[in-house]
Amino acid sequence: MIRNQILSVENLSKSFFLHEQKKIIPSSSQINFKAYPGKLIALIGPTGAGKSSVLKCIYRTYQQTSGRIIYKTAAGDSVDLALASDHRVLELRRNEIGFVTQFLHTLPRQKTLDVVAMPLYQQGVSRQQGREQASKLLAELNIPKQLWEVPPATFSGGEKQRVNLARGLIASPRLLLLDEPTASLDAQTTDRVLRLIQRKKDQGTAMLAIFHHADLVKRIADDVVELTLPEKTH
Amino acid sequence: MSSAINFAFLDEYAKREIRRSVLKAICIPGYQVPYSSREMPMGRGFGTGGLQLTLALIGEDDCLKVIDQGSDDSVNAVNLRKFVEMTCPGINTTTRLQEATLIQSRHRIPERPLLAHQILVLQVPYPDALVIVEPSEEKRKTMHGEADYSRLLVKLYEDIVKFKEITISHRYPTRINGHYIIDPSPIPRYDVPKLNQSESLTLLGAGREKKIYAVPPYCSAEPLAFNDVPFRIEDFTGANGERRTCMICSTSNSFLDEFIDEQGSRVYQCSDSDYCAQQQECVHG
Amino acid sequence: MDKILEVSGLSQIYGPGCDQCFTCTGPEFETNICKHCSSIVALHDLTFDLYKGEILGIMGESGSGKSTAVKCLYFDQMPFGGSAIFFNNKEQKHLFTLNPAQRRSLRNQHFGMVYQNPNLGLNFDISAGGNIAERLLMNRVLNYSEIRSRAHELLTRTEVLTERMDELPKNFSGGMQQRVQIAKALSTRPSLLFLDEVTTGLDLSVQAKILDLILEIQAELDTAMIVVTHDLGVTRLLAGRTLVMKYGRVVESGLTDQILEDPQHAYTQQLVASAL
Repeated sequence: MIRNQILSVENLSKSFFLHEQKKIIPSSSQINFKAYPGKLIALIGPTGAGKSSVLKCIYRTYQQTSGRIIYKTAAGDSVDLALASDHRVLELRRNEIGFVTQFLHTLPRQKTLDVVAMPLYQQGVSRQQGREQASKLLAELNIPKQLWEVPPATFSGGEKQRVNLARGLIASPRLLLLDEPTASLDAQTTDRVLRLIQRKKDQGTAMLAIFHHADLVKRIADDVVELTLPEKTH
Repeated sequence: MSSAINFAFLDEYAKREIRRSVLKAICIPGYQVPYSSREMPMGRGFGTGGLQLTLALIGEDDCLKVIDQGSDDSVNAVNLRKFVEMTCPGINTTTRLQEATLIQSRHRIPERPLLAHQILVLQVPYPDALVIVEPSEEKRKTMHGEADYSRLLVKLYEDIVKFKEITISHRYPTRINGHYIIDPSPIPRYDVPKLNQSESLTLLGAGREKKIYAVPPYCSAEPLAFNDVPFRIEDFTGANGERRTCMICSTSNSFLDEFIDEQGSRVYQCSDSDYCAQQQECVHG
Repeated sequence: MDKILEVSGLSQIYGPGCDQCFTCTGPEFETNICKHCSSIVALHDLTFDLYKGEILGIMGESGSGKSTAVKCLYFDQMPFGGSAIFFNNKEQKHLFTLNPAQRRSLRNQHFGMVYQNPNLGLNFDISAGGNIAERLLMNRVLNYSEIRSRAHELLTRTEVLTERMDELPKNFSGGMQQRVQIAKALSTRPSLLFLDEVTTGLDLSVQAKILDLILEIQAELDTAMIVVTHDLGVTRLLAGRTLVMKYGRVVESGLTDQILEDPQHAYTQQLVASAL
């Protein structure tokens, strides 16, 4: 069966140059892989191997040092995410590519329901519809109903993470990047999250994920990409 | 003696300059035309702007009426009239509006509508309506040029917020021919509508500020107002709900001055003394 | 996506200016003062596009030229050189070739400005409501009750106690004055809003509320905004893209998260490292 890849990462390397110390800090080097709709690729490797860097390069939070990141858009164009204009990247972030990080940056007064529904609002979905969908997701992720109308600033780590996840999943992006989505969750909640991720996979979302447990990789990943520690250059 | 002073006191060059400014003012209704206001043998503030207009316009076949606050025999009016009589041999003066071809006035427009052959000259202390909202003349000129009068309207807005109505009693900002807003001189609100589509030409002269402007005949003059809070003139309604009348001529359609009589009670009489006198003639034959 | 503003080569010099002004100033010379003629090169070769509904951050220290840029675009001053095109539906307006009346009309109708100092954006001699009335009146809203109700609505939206609508804003707190300024700027539903250090000098809790308000309004009205700030936190919360300026030049530009997490230029790295 020929599957159409949605993302092709070719010879991707990332290193940081610190001007103050005149030092190059390598992070990831020579990464190659492809991502397909409905499949989850887990990035594995020791701490410091640059797993997060790869995700951030794809999302353009980091500027890659070399290599190509070819993304096939919904319209069928091929875009090198490393070279695309800022506006193009913002547009893809809004409509096609999602990223669930370990941190939740929200506005102080924004209610949890609106935080979660924000990606839908940005796509032009009505407030009412957005909030309905957000309620469903939050219920599924076991967030108590009394928290929905409260800003998430005071939530526990696990609650924040689930809010973040709900926000990442709600708009059904074509490509979803997950950076330790279950890091601070108990076993039961982790199961719920995995079920949700599986459902998104079934709906055709391509995923790249970093998990903190090898066990999780076994349960949900279709493929793995192993990263190694960068060689010390200096 | 007659050879020592030119007819109408001003030399012919001065008159010509004023006439040119008058023509420009008529061409751009409401625009303040600067002119080189001459020194007059009286203090500025005593009507030198109006007087220079009168002197530049008057000819031997003209008949002049001078009014101050509606009256022909107040000191200021008498002095100005005497000065013109002295310097313009051969002209006539009158107190009867219908006989006058040139009317110089301060603080009032006569009650009876002026006709096409008559010219009204108003004395103006402060020609620029924008001076209350903008101290810089340069900026005011730009505002006039762009017809930017929003800050004047804000004044009206604040007035209504504070007092529930527009409290400007004199010098009501008035838009001429749909563009420039003028200070119509210290006439009461009551007189402002008389400028609109008037048969006669109205010229306004500010001696100290060196400006001449005009409301040409059949030209629109709209008092500044909101669509839903229209401009309103003084209505002189008494406590009994009826319009007050003049204690002398009993008319009920004139602008009234309020006095306290010897008994200490409020009484009212026509501000326009000529109009009052003519109303009495009608009644008494 | 529709472009709303296209700025290219915008420059500003304070002083006589000479041939060498641009070649001896900038970040690499660590100065914006020309050593030949002592002019200050406040801004040189600023180029960027802004799209409808987008928030662009301009970040830098005082003297970096960020406020100068906004002042030129809002016609508070004329630039030394460069061009800027404002797109209003199908119409293109070359900002620096407009006559004063056209500039004023753009400023009053399509642009809005919120200054750091409320004194510049508000008339302290007239009431809060009167300040909003002024902008509505400039746009030919000549109905008193309509002005009242719109001012009421705007002040409610920006969370100013409407009982204080008829009071003078000089008696308000700093945060409240900024809210009145925002209400005034928004009264004509401008398609482009400039925010110049709007939260600087306010208490942290007040800052957060104002930033919240700005984002909510941006989402409601789809207003494009240019946010000038020296505060990384403000850019992080508001802006999708950010320009980093130093000595009148843009040293780095990009997506805000990239600027903050993977800064490329030495100056940006230093700025991010020193942020609290």
